[in-house]
Amino acid sequence: MRLTPWLIVLPIALVTLIPVAVVVSSLADPDQEIWQHLWQFVLPELLVNTFWLVLGVGLGVTLLGVSLAWLTAACDYPGRRFFSWALLLPLALPAYVTAFVWLGLFDFTGPLPTWLRETWGFRAIPEVRSRGGVILVMSLALYPYVYLTARAAFQGQGRRLMEASQSLGLTRAQAFWRVALPMARPGIMAGLLLAIMETLADFGTVSVFNYNTFTTAIYKAWFSLFSLPAASQLASILIFFVFVVALLEYQLRAQRSYATSTRAAAAPTRIVLRGWRGWLAAGWSLKVFALAFILPMTQIALWSRNVFATDFDARYLEFAWHSLLLSGLGALLVGGLALALGYAQRLHPSGGLRLTARLATLGYAVPGAVLAVGIFIPIAWLDNQFIDRLGASSQILGGTLAVMLLAYAARFLAVSYGPVDSGLARISRSVDEAAQSLGVVGAKRLWRVHLPMLRVSLLTAAALTFVDIMKELPITLMTRPFGWDTLAVRVFEMTSEGEWERAALPALAIVLVGLLPVIFLLRHTKNDPALAC
Amino acid sequence: MILLSLANVAQSYGGKAVLHDLGFALQAGEIGCLLGPSGCGKTTALRLVAGFETLQRGEIAIGGETVAKSGFALPPEQRQVGLIFQDYALFPHLSVEANIGFGLGKLPRAEREHRIGDMLRLVGLTREARRYPHQLSGGQQQRVALARALAPKPRLLLMDEPFSNLDVELREKLSIEVRDILKHESITALLVTHDQHEAFAMADKIGVMHEGVIQQWDTPYALYHQPKSRFVADFIGQGVLLPGTVMGAHQVKIELGMIRGAASSEGESCLGFGLGADVEVLIRPDDIQHDDASPLQAEVERRAFRGAEFLYTLRLPSGARVLTQVPSHHDHAIGEKLGIRLDVDHVVAFRKRPAEAPPRQK
Repeated sequence: MRLTPWLIVLPIALVTLIPVAVVVSSLADPDQEIWQHLWQFVLPELLVNTFWLVLGVGLGVTLLGVSLAWLTAACDYPGRRFFSWALLLPLALPAYVTAFVWLGLFDFTGPLPTWLRETWGFRAIPEVRSRGGVILVMSLALYPYVYLTARAAFQGQGRRLMEASQSLGLTRAQAFWRVALPMARPGIMAGLLLAIMETLADFGTVSVFNYNTFTTAIYKAWFSLFSLPAASQLASILIFFVFVVALLEYQLRAQRSYATSTRAAAAPTRIVLRGWRGWLAAGWSLKVFALAFILPMTQIALWSRNVFATDFDARYLEFAWHSLLLSGLGALLVGGLALALGYAQRLHPSGGLRLTARLATLGYAVPGAVLAVGIFIPIAWLDNQFIDRLGASSQILGGTLAVMLLAYAARFLAVSYGPVDSGLARISRSVDEAAQSLGVVGAKRLWRVHLPMLRVSLLTAAALTFVDIMKELPITLMTRPFGWDTLAVRVFEMTSEGEWERAALPALAIVLVGLLPVIFLLRHTKNDPALAC
Repeated sequence: MILLSLANVAQSYGGKAVLHDLGFALQAGEIGCLLGPSGCGKTTALRLVAGFETLQRGEIAIGGETVAKSGFALPPEQRQVGLIFQDYALFPHLSVEANIGFGLGKLPRAEREHRIGDMLRLVGLTREARRYPHQLSGGQQQRVALARALAPKPRLLLMDEPFSNLDVELREKLSIEVRDILKHESITALLVTHDQHEAFAMADKIGVMHEGVIQQWDTPYALYHQPKSRFVADFIGQGVLLPGTVMGAHQVKIELGMIRGAASSEGESCLGFGLGADVEVLIRPDDIQHDDASPLQAEVERRAFRGAEFLYTLRLPSGARVLTQVPSHHDHAIGEKLGIRLDVDHVVAFRKRPAEAPPRQK
């Protein structure tokens, strides 16, 4: 067994595994008093709320994602080309932004209900600040996960399968239900499970709606009741649910490759929807796009304009600078770690390394609120050791950027590792050997061969991580240095005071930055010279 | 002078032996080939020479210098061996000239440019110098791979199924072209392939491999006409084994008549099998001539049209089958009788197979 790759892979894995272990271990060591309190007053509500939220959002994203994926991947109707990429744009909108826009618009005192009431005497408007409201908003924000994977699955099936089923006497509609949909099921499930993980991890949306879930309860326990043990107790329950979902997702991933067909699959002949059917399809696509993207975008743009003159000042530059600094450093760090993780395995392939790398990227499933607790506890312990044994006057690590970056690394390593790993997998081993036989090995080979060939993958990895950190709320909120506000924190603070208009300005900045990698991805997935050969 | 030698090379992975006691030598300037079906260990042998696998037993020497024996391995980058990969492994982010110059880092700039220019001319790609690999045809990519491997003047060139990604016509054209270039530059090369046409077109010496063993290391001509084992007889070219009886040192009687130029697969004289012993004789399609005047008649059982000729499978009166190639204007239907005549100067006789398990029940 070689030692060097382990010296690289193991510390990276520990960044994720230590916080998770810390949180899980608190499940094994329950504090009777806290546990009793939680069980009596907190858990029943959290469990019921979480159950309905997961169920509702699961159904919602499946309905939206699959229907839109099928329409854009297999059918043709007015505006199909536009919708096929536009429907991805809501990815750039953090769910908590959509959430506060909806609240601002449709709350009892919001402009639309007020108008309906006063002009039309219309009173039976459903309350938006409700379970149904959260589910609706989160479905609109998270459906792109299912849309993306389902669409890829439908496209991968190609033309031949539909032709084969039709030649066996099935109508197109029958072929959809009996062939296309079952075949796409692993893809749909994968997207669905990702969406459910996001739902469990969500902190921003549910706090805007005051809908109590585990993440908000963790925050309250820690920052309102100042009970870290209670917070970690709650975190350990949440992580249990998350791992069930992550396990399902992991098992599915093995099967997914089975379902995708060869690259040679011909592009599907589209089912042309004519007349009212076509307009119905276009109407449905437009409705989702409008509610999930245009409406929130327009609204935050309008609100931003209203408050720009009074709100935009030097503090904003500081929020933006903090956001950019954190996201930039985070993207560099996480991208670098992902590269190290992937490259160590490439040079020394072994089952043990592969497994450890898997564990290292498990953090994507762990909600930020849980990670924040899991990182804070050992760091606080370390700080106390410094104070007790080395005579440090105050905490050295806690409340520093380094701790935040560690937490981001644990949470977002998978986001960077995905593109880097698949980028490396696309480079044939014989390329490494060709370079070596020509006398180019080690760091020189990395620099002259792999880095240039990984350029697009690394850019993708960094861009995705950058945006994720920019949007990230619970980790930033719970581990930032005192008074160190970012755009996301500002959004949170304004929304928690119900100042929708004033939350719009920082939200707009986050969304605009978030759009960049989405556009980048859309452009680069098509013409990548490193993939052409 | 012997440039490459392998002696007693044995290799196994996970308890499964991939190579047993492999050995052969290649003279300087010679093109050698390891030929065999997939899984025969030929690629492992090539990768051992290149240094990408760690040798377990035996010894490998290049230019008289031991590059690998058990407990010692010169790293691949120090072996001065050029490699051409099945997928070419061109660097997609580098232009043709940068690909060719990739291994010339130690040369001063002017010399490097000069060498790149020479290589471009050698493979006829001067006009494509600034293109990128994905802008080239398969044949052109192959030639860039050749130029890149030859640029640092390796002691030995290794080629792993170099033409298998090309279509058949291009494969033949390019293998002749590459052979000319290698001969022109007096390069010693070792090629690995499963395609005997490719092996015949390229190599001076071919080692037919089966289950980790070189069955025969010989010239293409000798492999075809003097196979030393049934496997080689079967693997190389087409033909059938007909039963016969040893009548003398070089005489074997078969159904089609007396053969006077028979050699034993185990030595020169067929008497080694014993006078009157039952043997099997390898009959190639070109050993059987179509002759309407011949009293010997055989029935057409199958026919394959090949353009210039037909390959007929004929059934002899005894029920044994032979193959023959006949110019394609001799168009005979299945079931028709054809006059044939034996036309051989030398054939190989094999010891009759020991009685095998009875054929499976119908």
